[in-house]
Amino acid sequence: MARESAAATVIEGATGPWEMVIGLEVHAQVVSVSKLFSGAPTVFGAEPNTQVSLIDAGFPGMLPVINEVCIAQAVRTGLGLQAQINLHSVFDRKNYFYADLPQGYQISQYLQPIVGMGSMIIDLADGTSRTVGITRLHLEQDAGKSLHDQHPSLSYIDLNRAGIALMEIVSEPDMRSAEEAGAYVKKLRTILRYLGTCDGNMEEGSMRADVNVSVRRPGEPYGTRCEIKNVNSVRYVMQAIEVEARRQIDILEAGGKIAQETRLFDPGRGETRSMRSKEEAHDYRYFPDPDLLPLILDPAFVEALKADLPELPDAKKARFVADYGLSPYDAGVLVADRASADFYEAVAKGRDARLAANWVTGDFFASLNSQGWTIETSPITADHLRELIDLITDGTLSGRLAKEVFEVMVETHQAPGQIVEERGLRQVTDTGAIEAAITAVMGANADKVAQYRSGKDKLFGFFVGQVMKQTEGKANPAAVNELLLTMLKG
Amino acid sequence: MSALTDLSLADALTGLAAKDFSARELATAHVEAVAAASTLNAFVVETPERALADAEASDARRARGEALPLDGIPLAIKDLFCTKGIRTTAASRILGDFTPTYESTVTSQLWRDGAVMLGKLNLDEFAMGSSNETSAFGPVKNPWRRTGDTAVLVPGGSSGGSAAAVAARLCLGATGTDTGGSIRQPAAFTGIVGIKPTYGRCSRWGIVAFASSLDQAGPMTRTVTDAALMLRSMAGHDPKDSTSANRAVPDYTKALTGDVRGLKIGIPKEYRIEGVPAEIGRLWEQGIEWLKAAGAEIREISLPHTSQSLPTYYIVAPAEASSNLARYDGVRFGARQPGRTLPEMYEKTRGAGFGREVRRRILIGTYVLSAGYYDAYYLKAQKVRSLIARDFTEAYKEVDAILAPATPSAAFAAGEKSADPLAMYLNDVFTVTANLAGLPALAVPAGLNSQGLPLGLQVIGRAFDEETVLRIGHVIEKAAAFTARPDNWWRV
Amino acid sequence: MSVDRNTVARIARLARIEVPEGELEHIAGELNGILAWIEQLQAVDTTGVEPMTSAVASSLPLRADLVSDGGILDNLMANAPDPHDGFFTVPKVVE
Repeated sequence: MARESAAATVIEGATGPWEMVIGLEVHAQVVSVSKLFSGAPTVFGAEPNTQVSLIDAGFPGMLPVINEVCIAQAVRTGLGLQAQINLHSVFDRKNYFYADLPQGYQISQYLQPIVGMGSMIIDLADGTSRTVGITRLHLEQDAGKSLHDQHPSLSYIDLNRAGIALMEIVSEPDMRSAEEAGAYVKKLRTILRYLGTCDGNMEEGSMRADVNVSVRRPGEPYGTRCEIKNVNSVRYVMQAIEVEARRQIDILEAGGKIAQETRLFDPGRGETRSMRSKEEAHDYRYFPDPDLLPLILDPAFVEALKADLPELPDAKKARFVADYGLSPYDAGVLVADRASADFYEAVAKGRDARLAANWVTGDFFASLNSQGWTIETSPITADHLRELIDLITDGTLSGRLAKEVFEVMVETHQAPGQIVEERGLRQVTDTGAIEAAITAVMGANADKVAQYRSGKDKLFGFFVGQVMKQTEGKANPAAVNELLLTMLKG
Repeated sequence: MSALTDLSLADALTGLAAKDFSARELATAHVEAVAAASTLNAFVVETPERALADAEASDARRARGEALPLDGIPLAIKDLFCTKGIRTTAASRILGDFTPTYESTVTSQLWRDGAVMLGKLNLDEFAMGSSNETSAFGPVKNPWRRTGDTAVLVPGGSSGGSAAAVAARLCLGATGTDTGGSIRQPAAFTGIVGIKPTYGRCSRWGIVAFASSLDQAGPMTRTVTDAALMLRSMAGHDPKDSTSANRAVPDYTKALTGDVRGLKIGIPKEYRIEGVPAEIGRLWEQGIEWLKAAGAEIREISLPHTSQSLPTYYIVAPAEASSNLARYDGVRFGARQPGRTLPEMYEKTRGAGFGREVRRRILIGTYVLSAGYYDAYYLKAQKVRSLIARDFTEAYKEVDAILAPATPSAAFAAGEKSADPLAMYLNDVFTVTANLAGLPALAVPAGLNSQGLPLGLQVIGRAFDEETVLRIGHVIEKAAAFTARPDNWWRV
Repeated sequence: MSVDRNTVARIARLARIEVPEGELEHIAGELNGILAWIEQLQAVDTTGVEPMTSAVASSLPLRADLVSDGGILDNLMANAPDPHDGFFTVPKVVE
């Protein structure tokens, strides 16, 4: 696996430098209508236990039958992660007792997952990129949910989630900073959303990360790691890593040892703490599920899915840079989600691509933020932006006027052409009108004209400002400059 | 006593068709026989009202000329099959009053074909046992007793209630399940016919699982023809069971031609086991003679890994069972024992809910799957299982079917082996191989031993070739002319 | 490989089955008898043999992604030992 040496992220401890080693296991809920092994629905937010079949609830004699779409989604995701697709994979039982695990085992894939080694490129804030290895991806059942705050002496069990398909995507321990881990989760989410295999909604639990963190002296072998379970936002992933690495360094520097264990991140207190209750005697007794048979994929099935994959963010970014002449940064911002990229391309079609990128990533994205819109709900359409760019290109609007028009668009949702007409925001390019304005300004500021002519060049800006004021900002700035230069010379 | 209970299933269908009697009369005769046989403890739940209602509906269908393949035939169901609205126990305390809201595929197909439901039959707890002594509802008594002896004998297991009910003429047929011999061994102990079909032939959906890769449902009847009739209704592809075979189900009665000329029958030399009573060997020889006389060709074959079958089975089956029985945790159904914490509730519920044999097997299964032992036990057993299956593949290059004894002895006395798990496990010595290899196998009564107890022979066939198995069994049945029956000592 | 009472206690805990103290020794004896008997498999040469996980030779059958189940709360709760407000319940889990 290619591991470009990253700008070493070193943490200075009291006794010298330390390096973090981070690997992630991301659980991503598969986009499907029904569950992995039953026909119960997967919609979020239903009344408790109403999206449960007797199979999900582990009733006697119930048997699993696998959902073909979940398999296709896992394969698509594997292809999107440049990974090996295993044509022969096996479903195993992972045996343990928990209140929200009705069968007493989770059907998962242990030794023979559906997807093997792959890789993903992450983009960092300093403009560099790194490749992170993907160890594997496998399919498994989600568990139900326990509610502990409904009753003084009982926990309540809701099995709506139980049996929903998850992809567990395991990375290599290739990340060396919280920033890299954050970039990894963001990029993975982007790819999953492009593929339509996971909606990536971390707030609804569609994506959760288990974070493995260890620290070591640079160049030394891996240290003992701790696993922080179920972290459910990019921000928390990054925070959890920072505080966990700090905790480990403090222990090591005080001469202590790290105990390999499962921990929980408490964002309120900004600390991780041990989950000793779940730690004891884990012996999952994996064995192939005898209710299921080995999953054999037809190579033609995989090929068909491959042929049907959408353009993924890395390819799209490269194309935006090459074809549209965008900076890697702008291209990266635009491809971060598929809707933005599609919107941008709709705007840029047949237009000045860089100007289009400036407008989309600048004023347009700002309006989404300030108005709480999404690309799908925004009343400002790609057609509106195209029209605005056309008005700039043909000289009808100056940059400044265009911004003014855009502000009106945000308020009134009108098309820019209409706004220009109604409000007379058309740029003045008529030399006669500009000359008249210049004459008036010069007349009113004869002293300054004299100063300018005696060498005080800096006053030029003052005259531009006055002329623009005189024309209510509609004068074409280039024309103003040109005419002013000539007329001030006298 | 009514002669209606003495009919074979096939003759009962003929009589119903000829309007010699009604389904209601047939059902009533059986309901009365069931009620009078409580001494045998063959039933866990009796459903006389359901039986009469089913029978009346059957009579109405027949009157309309819409008779179904098993219309009006009173059957009883091993209490391992989930039955909608009827308590289902697996003969375990842990299921409490569990009453399924669903019907197993196999039983729903029997009702689809017009059969009449008499009730649920006793069994070894979770089908784990060879004597029906592990049931939470007490042991089942074998209707047969040794000549001149009133000692209670076991009916075999785990389908002991099914075997006893069929042998005692309480029903015309019963469902059984067979994981290591649980249909064939009790059939042999009670002088009836039982077939374990090819793995995948009958859906496992709605049957309480013991060992998923071995479990298979099958019919238990008094004649081979009856087994053929019942199997046709029970078998068939079920999309709800991923291991169910997508193959057409033939009319098995058409296979009962009486003609075995030219068939090659294998006699596995490894089945001549030291310590097995001579009467078993003599019965086997007799079976060989019958088939020879009928024109079959006898060949000695070798199944080299036979002696490894039982140890393999006693790793694979408990391992799967330990996982399959994890769902009995007192949370969603079944009898819960109170506990202050979740683990305490689990441990008390499962500690009180499972009997000793089930507990023993869960512990063994948990151990062989646990970290550090998986390769030595479970993985090793799965590899040996491959070798056992390969033995049969090789043998079937030379022969069409295999003849063997069904059991290493006749029915034994209650309590005789219950203290020694290993002695009990040895009962399955001739039967587990067919489960491990997934092959169809039939037990057919072939004679009585010196003490007047029935003995059975076993025919093992190629995968999905139940037809040849039934055909050979039918020829043995005719040659043996087995007409002995237990006297009605249990009747109140 | 021999099992002692501590091992029995450990696997009983793993299997969530309460076993009375007084029975541990006896069960250990039984399990040892069975394990010694199945030990004979170690003598079989299985070099190069694939494990057999199923008697079925075919591949896993697939199901179409359709909603065909769920919405059966009453059925689900019909046998529940202590249901509350449409939930199954267990003794409170403190995390």
